[in-house]
Amino acid sequence: MSKSTNSKRRHVAVLLLVAAGMFGFAFALVPLYEIFCEITGINGRTSGEAVSAAPMAEVSDREVTIQFAAQVNRGMPWEFRPTENQMRVRLGEVNRTEYYARNRASGRVTGQAVPSVAPSAAAPYLHKVECFCFTQQHLQADADIDMPVLFYVDPELPEDIGTLSLSYTMFRVPETEVVLSEPVTDSHADHEGHYQP
Amino acid sequence: MIAHADTIPKQRHPLIAFLLRWLLTTNHKEIGTLYLCLAFLLFFIGGAMAMVVRLELFQPGLQFTQPDFYNQMVTLHGLIMVFGAVMPAFVGLANWLVPLMIGAPDMALPRLNNFSFWILPFAFILLLSSMFMEGGAPNFGWTFYAPLSTTYGPPSTDYFILGVHLMGVSSVLGAINVMVTILNMRAPGMTLFRMPLFVWTWLITAFLLIMAMPVLAGAVTMMLTDRHFGTSFFEASGGGDPVLFQHVFWFFGHPEVYIMILPGFGIASQIIPTFARKKLFGYHSMVIATIAIALLSFIVWGHHMFAAGMPLAAELFFMYATMLIAVPTGVKVFNWVATMWRGSMTFETPMLFAVGFVIMFTIGGFSGLMLALVPADFQYHDTFFVVAHFHYVLYPGAIFGTMAAVYYWLPKWSGRMYDERLGKIHFWTATIAVNLTFFPMHFSGLAGMPRRIVDYSIAFADFNMLSSIGAGLLGLTQILFLYIVVKALTSGEKVTDAQVWEGAEGLEWTLPSPAPLHSFETPPVIEPDDAHAAADRA
Repeated sequence: MSKSTNSKRRHVAVLLLVAAGMFGFAFALVPLYEIFCEITGINGRTSGEAVSAAPMAEVSDREVTIQFAAQVNRGMPWEFRPTENQMRVRLGEVNRTEYYARNRASGRVTGQAVPSVAPSAAAPYLHKVECFCFTQQHLQADADIDMPVLFYVDPELPEDIGTLSLSYTMFRVPETEVVLSEPVTDSHADHEGHYQP
Repeated sequence: MIAHADTIPKQRHPLIAFLLRWLLTTNHKEIGTLYLCLAFLLFFIGGAMAMVVRLELFQPGLQFTQPDFYNQMVTLHGLIMVFGAVMPAFVGLANWLVPLMIGAPDMALPRLNNFSFWILPFAFILLLSSMFMEGGAPNFGWTFYAPLSTTYGPPSTDYFILGVHLMGVSSVLGAINVMVTILNMRAPGMTLFRMPLFVWTWLITAFLLIMAMPVLAGAVTMMLTDRHFGTSFFEASGGGDPVLFQHVFWFFGHPEVYIMILPGFGIASQIIPTFARKKLFGYHSMVIATIAIALLSFIVWGHHMFAAGMPLAAELFFMYATMLIAVPTGVKVFNWVATMWRGSMTFETPMLFAVGFVIMFTIGGFSGLMLALVPADFQYHDTFFVVAHFHYVLYPGAIFGTMAAVYYWLPKWSGRMYDERLGKIHFWTATIAVNLTFFPMHFSGLAGMPRRIVDYSIAFADFNMLSSIGAGLLGLTQILFLYIVVKALTSGEKVTDAQVWEGAEGLEWTLPSPAPLHSFETPPVIEPDDAHAAADRA
């Protein structure tokens, strides 16, 4: 075998490996993107974790407006809306609002709310002490529920942000992914207490 | 069996013999011809779709098409021109020219070469057959953003996905072949920095193809599993993110833009010195600029997504990185102009197309700079201004580049000269038509006309009528081009001179015209010429 044949084979092998590697890289972009968004809080992603209410002590005098929005995803037979459209809050102060949901389908439907904050630069500063988005919500046919959100806005919020909006999209959870550890709401209920272990 | 075939030559029906010859050929010149013919055919199919689009946009309101069909035409026009016309045309030119320019007897992997080509007709049959399926062809634009292509795509989207996979396999194998050929098969004395610019630009294009096409394959694979296998890469309800699709797509998409222009740069760099009768100005800076453009192309994808939502820091990064590309591109334009400066210029058809390329590509480059500006992009985004921009870089860039190459090397390929008078008519009508078609789109776009929509406000009626008239003329000029090529091949004046063009330099011009089927079976010896020897010493 001549030297040049060897060299050709080596080049072909290396280039095929590069191509295969780039195919893998396309899939590696998926977790990389998730991690990048989570670390930087861009894309309006807020932390999926509850925070303790401890920083309440540092309530500042600065006030911002927070607007609430809700939408249901395609194929989700729920009515879903905030009970108040906006409120003025002081930074660092824990506030409470509620979202209303009603299942219009004829059987049990499980929903998962996914929050998004705009502007996305504000996302890392909105902390949720308690949120219905931390768990799946189960509603029997025609049941409805008021779901609380306890949150505060970090006093470190950049000066140029005066208004935030917190938007939830309610997704229908496929039956295969339903986790039925929480009680199923079968008539009008207040959600208080459902988060207690 | 083989011995048997050797001793008794089989009498085959001439048609079968003809088909088998082209089906089984491993000769780089024949495969190059196949690529160019396929590209030419698909160029006309994609062009016919553009005619449907422009006919519909001739006046506001719905005239000839329904919105869904219009969207299918826009989508297929884009896909076919990108993957079916420009890319195969460049691969065809690489097949024809790279071995001739480096003094190699053939491509490094001739059978793989045959395979790369013959995948393509099947890929495009898959894609085009979707037009005749229930639910129609893909209608989500050539960028096939999720969820338009995943959740809302017509059933034929799966044919599109498999078609793209095949095109990707073909391109990657073709690129590997070109790269291995250039790295291993250069004639003695042909060092990397003595390679003609066309070979250099193709080496870098092959690198881009190998890096970018697999990412596209990954994107369409994710689409396929999202559509049928319950994954949620781009489906928000399953924890995925449709914006992720745009990142993956444009990570492929921006290098793809340069895949479609770098060989054009190479062609201009071959033709301009010939007709200016001067050495190419700044050979080394040309090579380095090409490498710089290729590397930068991997870190600018975000400029396609400014309006999709992005933190300020990322917007600034992508804006400055994008504007940085203007520097190496500017070096190239400067070098072409400097090559022409005080040259003994003549304007044969290839030179006209090459000079037209430089001027009009630069216009497209400038509108690209405008689009790179984040605050301005929010105004221009998704308007006809974007359409004007990329057609200015693609038509006078990739298409004029290819046409210049065909006029320039056709006498070498076929041994026959094209009709110079018709060639000039072709250039001037095409140039008028390109500008008439695409220049008014700048204005309609700046005034706010959105792209990819079948109807528009009557405020844009005049600009659109001009564009449609230009497009009709542009379509006709390409039929003239077909006629010129056919006429040259059948009854063109015979070329006897090996050099063909007075100022032409390079190994391909040392071969007789037409170039014999098998060339450089004994490698030529490259004498270092003075300029390059001096550069080597420096």
